[in-house]
Amino acid sequence: MSFQLDTNRLRDAVVELIRMASTQLPEDVIQAMVAGRDREDEGSPAKSVLNFMLRNAEEAKKNSTPICQDTGTNIHYITIPVGVSMRAVQQTIVEATQIATEKAYLRPNAVDSVTGKNTGDNTGEMAPYFHFEEWDEPAIKIQLALKGGGSENVSAQYKLPDNRLNAGRNLEGVYKCIIDTVNSAQGLGCAPGVIGIGIGGDRASGMLIAKKQLFRLMTDTNPDEKLAELETRLYDDLNTLGIGPMGFGGKTTVLGVKVGAAHRLPASFFVSIAYMCWADRRHTMTFTETEVTYD
Amino acid sequence: MISLQLPVSEEQIRKLKIGDEVSLTGTMVTGRDAAHVWMIDEKPEEVRELLNGTVIYHCGPVVSKKDGKWTFVAAGPTTSIREEPYQGDIMKEYGLRAVMGKGGMGEKTLAALKEHGGVYLHAVGGAATIQAQSVKNVQDVIKLEEFGVPEAMWVIDVEDFRAVVTMDSHGNSIHKTIKDASTKIAEKLIHR
Repeated sequence: MSFQLDTNRLRDAVVELIRMASTQLPEDVIQAMVAGRDREDEGSPAKSVLNFMLRNAEEAKKNSTPICQDTGTNIHYITIPVGVSMRAVQQTIVEATQIATEKAYLRPNAVDSVTGKNTGDNTGEMAPYFHFEEWDEPAIKIQLALKGGGSENVSAQYKLPDNRLNAGRNLEGVYKCIIDTVNSAQGLGCAPGVIGIGIGGDRASGMLIAKKQLFRLMTDTNPDEKLAELETRLYDDLNTLGIGPMGFGGKTTVLGVKVGAAHRLPASFFVSIAYMCWADRRHTMTFTETEVTYD
Repeated sequence: MISLQLPVSEEQIRKLKIGDEVSLTGTMVTGRDAAHVWMIDEKPEEVRELLNGTVIYHCGPVVSKKDGKWTFVAAGPTTSIREEPYQGDIMKEYGLRAVMGKGGMGEKTLAALKEHGGVYLHAVGGAATIQAQSVKNVQDVIKLEEFGVPEAMWVIDVEDFRAVVTMDSHGNSIHKTIKDASTKIAEKLIHR
C-alpha cells in the first residue's frame, strides 16, 4: 500500500509545526537553561539574564508569539515513505511557510542576494531549505529548526591542519577548533549556545551533519564512545571560558555540545561548527495517514 | 535599576557606567543595516528630530497590522557590530544618546560614546516576546516599502524596556574585558 498524501492536511499540520517551533522552546533546552541558572552566582548578571530568557520562553508559549524576532532560516530535515513525492511535500511546506509568515509566526526573512529585495513571505531560492531522506515507516517525519542570523554568522568551518591553532588532523585538533569558535563568538551567537559539530565530509555535507546534531536531545549520549568523551570534555571546558549568557560573563557559555562524523577524502579534514543560540527552536512532527504528533 | 525617560540629557547619560541596569520609557527609533547606510549617505532631515536625545534600537521586529494599526509581536535586538563603520558618525550627526542592540560594538563607537556623551545598551538577545510587550505604541514607520519590515525605521513608544549598560562614556566596555579574559583561558586550552 502506498502512502496517500493529503496535502491540505499536511499544510495545516506544518503551519502548526512552524508555530510550535517559533513560540515553544523544547523542554530539554529549558531544563538545560534552568540547570545553568541554578549554577550561576546569586545577584550576577548571568543569573538575571537566564531568568529573563526563561520568563520570555514562558510568555512566548502563553501568547503564541515568537520567542525571538529573528525567526531565522527554516531548515527542514524530512524523512518520507517510499513513493511519496518530494516535490509535493516541498510545495506544501512552501505554502505552509507563507501562511505562517502571514500569521506572524515568522518574520519575512528571505532577501534576494542580488537585488536586496525581501520577498516578504520567507520563500525564494533555497528558502526554505530542505533535506530529504527515505525510510520504510508509513509516515512523513519533518524535523524543523529555526536558526537565527546571529548564530549562523558565528558558525564556522576549519580545514585541518590549522597552523594558527596548532591543530592536527585528529580529535585533539577538532577540540581546538571548537574552543576557538566559541571564544571568537563571545556573546554574539546569543550564548549560551548549543554547538553542533560535523567532523569530515566535504564543506557542504560537513555542515549538514553539524546542523543535524542540533536535533539531538540535550540529555542524550553519543553512541560512539570517543565522540561522547569529546562532547563531555568540550562541554566542561567551554563553560570555563567565562563568557556567560549574552557574553556578560558567567559559568553558562554552552548548553550542549553534539558531535557527528562523516567519511572524508584522504586529502581533506573539515571541522564544521553550527552554533545555535539559546533559543534553540526545533520540533519534530510525525505525520501518518490518520494522525499527527509533535515532539 | 535606573529609570530613564526618553529623550535623555547628556548629563544623565554621562552618569551611567558599565553594569548598570536601566529601564527605558519614552520614544525611540529602530534602525539596522539599510537605515544606517541611508543616514550616512543621504543625511535625511526627516529623522533628525526623532533621533535627537534618544535611543536607536538595532532591531528588526515581527509586526502585525490590524485595522490599519501596527503592533510589535516580537522585538529583540540584532547584532550591533555590523553598524560599527557608521554608528559613531550617526550618533554625532543626529544627537543620539544611546545605541541599543546586542553583542556590543568596537573602538570607533566606544570613542564616539566618550567624545559625544553616549552609552551602548545591551538588550537580551532572543527575549523578543517580553521586549515587544514593552512596546506600547507604534507611532510611525519610515522607509517601510523600500527597506522591508525588518530594516524599516519604526518609531515606537516603550515603557519599562530593560537593558544593561555594557559600554559607557568613560571608555569602558564589558565586551572587551570579558573577551580579554576568555581569550587567555582559550589559549591555555588550545596550546597546552
